[in-house]
Amino acid sequence: MSTRRLATVTIFMVMVLILAACVGRRQAFECDDPIGCVEVPPGEPIKIAALQAISGAVASLGTDQVRGVEIAIDDRGGELLGHPIDLTVEDDLCSAEGGTTGAQKIVSDPQVIGIIGTSCSGAAVPASQIMSEAGLVMISGSNTSPFLTSLGGEKGNAWQPGYFRTAHNDEVQGAAAANFAYNELGVRKAASIHDGDPYTQGLAMVFNQVFEELGGEIVMATAVNKGDTDMRPVLTSIAAAGAELVFFPIFQPEGDFIVLQSKEIEGFEGVYLMGADGLLSDTFVESVGEQGKGMYFSGPASPEGPEYDEFVRKYEEKYGEKPIQAFHAHAYDAANMLFKAIEETAVVQDDGTVYILRQKLRDYLYNLKNFQGLTGTLSCNEFGDCADPKITVVRLDDPAAGIEGLRKNVVFVYEP
Amino acid sequence: MAEIAPVPEKAPVIEDVRLKAPEVSLERAAKLGGVAGIVAVFVSANGMVQAFAERDIISGVLSMGYTLLFLVPLIMAYLAAREPPVLEGFEAPEKGPRNVLAGLIVGALTGLIMAIFVLVASAVDMRRVFINISPQLLELLTFGQGMGGLVFLVGGCLLTGAVGGLMQLAEGRWRRALWGALAWTLLIGLLEVIVAQLFRGLGLGFLSPLFYAGTGGLTPLGTAVVFVLAFLYYWSVVPKVDMWQRRYAHMPAERQRSVRLSLTVAAVLLVAILPQVLGPFVSEVLDLVGIFLLMGLGLNIVVGFAGLLDLGYVAFFAVGAYTTAILTSPASPRWSPEMSFWAALPFVILAAALAGIIVGTPVLRMRGDYLAIVTLGFGEIARLLLLSDWLRPVFGGAQGILKIPTLSIGPIVFRTPVDMFYPIVGFCLVAAYISWKLKNSRIGRAWMAMREDEQVAEAMGVDIVEIKLKAFIVGAVIASFGGALFATKIGSVFPHSFSLLVSITVLVLIIVGGLGNIPGVVVGTLALVGLPELLREFQEYRLLAYGVLLILMMLYRPEGLLPSKQWVRELHEEELMQDAWLKMEEDRRRAQAQAAQGDLPARPEEA
Amino acid sequence: MQRALPQQISDRFNFAAGVIWALRVIVAAIVVWGAVSTLTSGFYSASQWRDLFIFGLAQGGVYALIALGYTMVYGILGFINFAHGEVFMSGMMIGYFVADYLNEAGMWNGNPVLALLIVLVVSMLTSTGVAVLVERIAYRPLRESPRIVPLITSIGASFFIQYAFRGLFGAGVKSYPRMEALQGAITVLGVRILKVHVLVIVAVFIMMGLLYWFVEKTRMGKAIRAVAEDKEIAALMGVDIDRAIVMTFAIGGMMAGAAGLLYALVFNQVFFFSGFLPGIKAFTAAVLGGIGNIVGAMLGGIVLGIVESVGPILILSGLGIPAPHQLKDVVAFTVLVLVLIFRPKGLLGERLAEERD
Repeated sequence: MSTRRLATVTIFMVMVLILAACVGRRQAFECDDPIGCVEVPPGEPIKIAALQAISGAVASLGTDQVRGVEIAIDDRGGELLGHPIDLTVEDDLCSAEGGTTGAQKIVSDPQVIGIIGTSCSGAAVPASQIMSEAGLVMISGSNTSPFLTSLGGEKGNAWQPGYFRTAHNDEVQGAAAANFAYNELGVRKAASIHDGDPYTQGLAMVFNQVFEELGGEIVMATAVNKGDTDMRPVLTSIAAAGAELVFFPIFQPEGDFIVLQSKEIEGFEGVYLMGADGLLSDTFVESVGEQGKGMYFSGPASPEGPEYDEFVRKYEEKYGEKPIQAFHAHAYDAANMLFKAIEETAVVQDDGTVYILRQKLRDYLYNLKNFQGLTGTLSCNEFGDCADPKITVVRLDDPAAGIEGLRKNVVFVYEP
Repeated sequence: MAEIAPVPEKAPVIEDVRLKAPEVSLERAAKLGGVAGIVAVFVSANGMVQAFAERDIISGVLSMGYTLLFLVPLIMAYLAAREPPVLEGFEAPEKGPRNVLAGLIVGALTGLIMAIFVLVASAVDMRRVFINISPQLLELLTFGQGMGGLVFLVGGCLLTGAVGGLMQLAEGRWRRALWGALAWTLLIGLLEVIVAQLFRGLGLGFLSPLFYAGTGGLTPLGTAVVFVLAFLYYWSVVPKVDMWQRRYAHMPAERQRSVRLSLTVAAVLLVAILPQVLGPFVSEVLDLVGIFLLMGLGLNIVVGFAGLLDLGYVAFFAVGAYTTAILTSPASPRWSPEMSFWAALPFVILAAALAGIIVGTPVLRMRGDYLAIVTLGFGEIARLLLLSDWLRPVFGGAQGILKIPTLSIGPIVFRTPVDMFYPIVGFCLVAAYISWKLKNSRIGRAWMAMREDEQVAEAMGVDIVEIKLKAFIVGAVIASFGGALFATKIGSVFPHSFSLLVSITVLVLIIVGGLGNIPGVVVGTLALVGLPELLREFQEYRLLAYGVLLILMMLYRPEGLLPSKQWVRELHEEELMQDAWLKMEEDRRRAQAQAAQGDLPARPEEA
Repeated sequence: MQRALPQQISDRFNFAAGVIWALRVIVAAIVVWGAVSTLTSGFYSASQWRDLFIFGLAQGGVYALIALGYTMVYGILGFINFAHGEVFMSGMMIGYFVADYLNEAGMWNGNPVLALLIVLVVSMLTSTGVAVLVERIAYRPLRESPRIVPLITSIGASFFIQYAFRGLFGAGVKSYPRMEALQGAITVLGVRILKVHVLVIVAVFIMMGLLYWFVEKTRMGKAIRAVAEDKEIAALMGVDIDRAIVMTFAIGGMMAGAAGLLYALVFNQVFFFSGFLPGIKAFTAAVLGGIGNIVGAMLGGIVLGIVESVGPILILSGLGIPAPHQLKDVVAFTVLVLVLIFRPKGLLGERLAEERD
């Protein structure tokens, strides 16, 4: 151990010397921020990072968001306060281990100010802790697990200072789906299916809870596994239980199997099918086709308006395809929130040197109100939830119109 | 096979009956050229050339994508230009233009096939089937010059092919140094993160901008420096290693011991300083390597020593992680005793031993392949139970268990990855010590006897039931250490971390490293867990590379990188036999030649 | 081949035997309790049970076809060909592109029988090609190595094929076009059964019958069995070993290709990972039936399919376990472990060749 201490001490001393040299040379800026400042000398870039799932089965989820961030940077001409913006992209692998290594890699560069990410809640749990201890801020466009912010009005188990998100807390969407089922469709007996993913499991759990609170009965809360193909047994069980609606907030391809195979089960006629934003994709609509007619989907209100159209135009121009997932706008908003916060809180010296005060940056975000983004009006609460709490339910009436047509066919809007 | 005649002890020796060495086969070169062309098309069509087009090795000069593409003809040409292996009694082959010609053939064929590919792809839109054959790819392959760019493509292939052939002309020492320098330049170009961090850690941060352009890739100056340094290393240092080893072997025991001691001290110092210098990210990777190393050491006992093929080893890892999580986390769903890590450790060991018995007992009577599928089943059962809604009140289901406290000893808290490195190394040392001790003990020998032949071992009085269970228990406990460290390091556990892929990775790393050999496990882990983590941008193609590596490894070096002697013997039994047979043939031929010449040991003309 | 431990040493298994006996009793109690409480609750109607059984039968038939490839390779070479799941997937994937083309040309629904035959041939050829290629490149040079070596190679080949397909054809899920002629259900002997399931069950039995005939009655089949029995003696008898082995892989590939198409018709989807889980399941089925045993693989596949379909509901929901379908694979693997505890060589024992001893 003594060697180690020796090394630490040596390195520490070297660093102190370097620091002293730096401080001596520059003019007096006293950093009084409790968790530190980042100094960006003239000509040096302002560094931010994206920690997203860009490989594996969920690669589209992260890629879509990275593109959103890139467009946000382009919109500013690649500059912030006269400094170029430098974006590093890391893979969160959609897992806790991936989030850990990715976050470590990002924080090992002390110049990085904030992270746009992660894609997956499981990766966010360790990643937010690492970035929080390093003094960064992190804004996610697609984490929805209540643990990360608040659960029932209390701090979640994985809450960390400096963590924000522009995506919805599952609590909102689960409640929206349950309300729609109970009040709009008049369903009294419902079933839910999740696939063991923390996201789907959390959403199904909230749905069950709220539906029962409303006075309904959850006749079967069940689950399948990722990779399962034969959904007929589980659908037979649900039919036997007498459910009037099935809520399955899962992904492709399991979601496709449920829809397609449900038509083959006796006693399943007339049962409402309801999915969530995981299935709001072009490939799903194409895959289920006519069989999916009449199916409902809950999800955050799709962004619309001229600004969004402009965004989509840039997206298509830059990447040669339509947005591939639902969270590009959330990531775009997240990046813009971060840029705005940096602009508002940074100290700019005469020679162009910029000092970013880490705690002040966080405080600014916690107090951010009525930020106009593509996804609506964002206001952050003390737990870091910033999303515009507007959830819509859409119905698939015309599969030929594709995802565009589906998104426009709003049948219910939920605003708590 | 027992009829191999003993080599005549006093065969009359005639030194100079030598046959002319077989020439480099141009037919083989054509064949390899075809293979190279197909591989190059594959590398292009599956998107690698395009995906790495923006990743520079040498900034602004050479991208990773082109490097990958042109490495194919280079390596293939090198192989094609190599002379067939020289058997005893043959002349050493003469190097000459034929080697280069072989290389050129490979280059030409690769270029031709690629050109046809580009022409076909630009005439027919194949994108509906092959999604990566895009206009961008074609633009890259033609260097943005339209069809005229094909000249560059074919020219590049020819050039690299010729270079590959020329490499064969170089004398052994040159060749090794050239390849070494090339490999190191590539590696240093790719590992910017670590090298820059290393400079920073050593207080040489000002060097980074000299080497790296900042936008990914080496600067031309950096490339030159790295190439020359690596070349010099292979030129002057590597050839001496052999000599040093010989010198060491001739030292008196006393000196040997002191050399060993100083080397050990140096190694310990290095390990102690390493994470401090390398910074948190590389330490993080090293931590992960350490955790996999623990599992590798454990599985090495089960598979390498005892010969029990376990494909569900991740189950024990999960037991360790979840036991730790439940006992230490305040957020554990049912009971939260909130013990410290060290207080929980005995329970972790207990739980792992129990799991070892649970898995071990039903499989006592099963052999090899049944064992494989049943253990695989146990691994999946463990994961699914952890994930299930049924046991969610205990394990937290898909949401896992959060808030696992960080490790601490008294006042020392191991918060950062740099800190965690030390306890992980500590556990690895314990595991290595255990397996080393066991290997040379009575039970170790019993395991090996069982591995060779269960029935014979049984007949020799080895208690199979006992030693099988012991193998499972020891393996399980070591894996559970890994799990416990994993849980406290990440701070949360989710069922998704315990997939079949972990079991397979661990199995693969001990086999690639060298089955049954502890240093081999270390090398395997560094290569298969460490390197991919450092090259994170290759994530997309990681498993593809794994697959190719495994196949090539098994075909050309099945004993692994650092094998144990026993395993080598077992694998190359056939070759040893062949060698003996060849030698016998050779001797007979000589004897015949001698007989034909009469008894005169005359000097024959060149045949 | 090594045999199980001889009888005279079984007294050493006292401890193990005790545990195993206890296990038998516990398992029997759990199964009976679960099943009885499910059945008496009357939650599921008789026709639903029948449906579940048929779903399982169809799924099991597909497992059985894939399992044949594992079992034959094991029988003849004595190692587990992990890449066989990918052989299955490759046929399904290439079949998709042909089906998609046929659909666009209007033939998929215009002349379904011919379209199916075309896709079947393509799918079988692809799988056969991949299987034979893998044998040639990855296994043949390793024939004399210890068994773990080709096993590792096969894991490598499995990764390689998966990710090569992913790179070449993309990671997206590809949907087979729907065949109108196969939609809906018909009633056979008063039992409602999906048309596509009828097709699968009939096709599976035809394929298995053909295979059985081939292996038992033809010259090549006899050669394969001879090689499985003893390579050296077979060679002495004039059997071309390489040919027999290639043939084995080819047949395994053909069966997998056919299974690929059937699977695609039932589930409509394919992506690069589609082969992995069915591969593992089929391997389980092969072991369940007794690896190396062709009839065993058929039986094992069907048993596994039915256990997966009926088991979770019948046993687990009766025990009050929530979300039983999530534990489908737990049930399947537990059945495997139990079968192997009671019958260490699988349901029918292992032999590709005739019985001996």
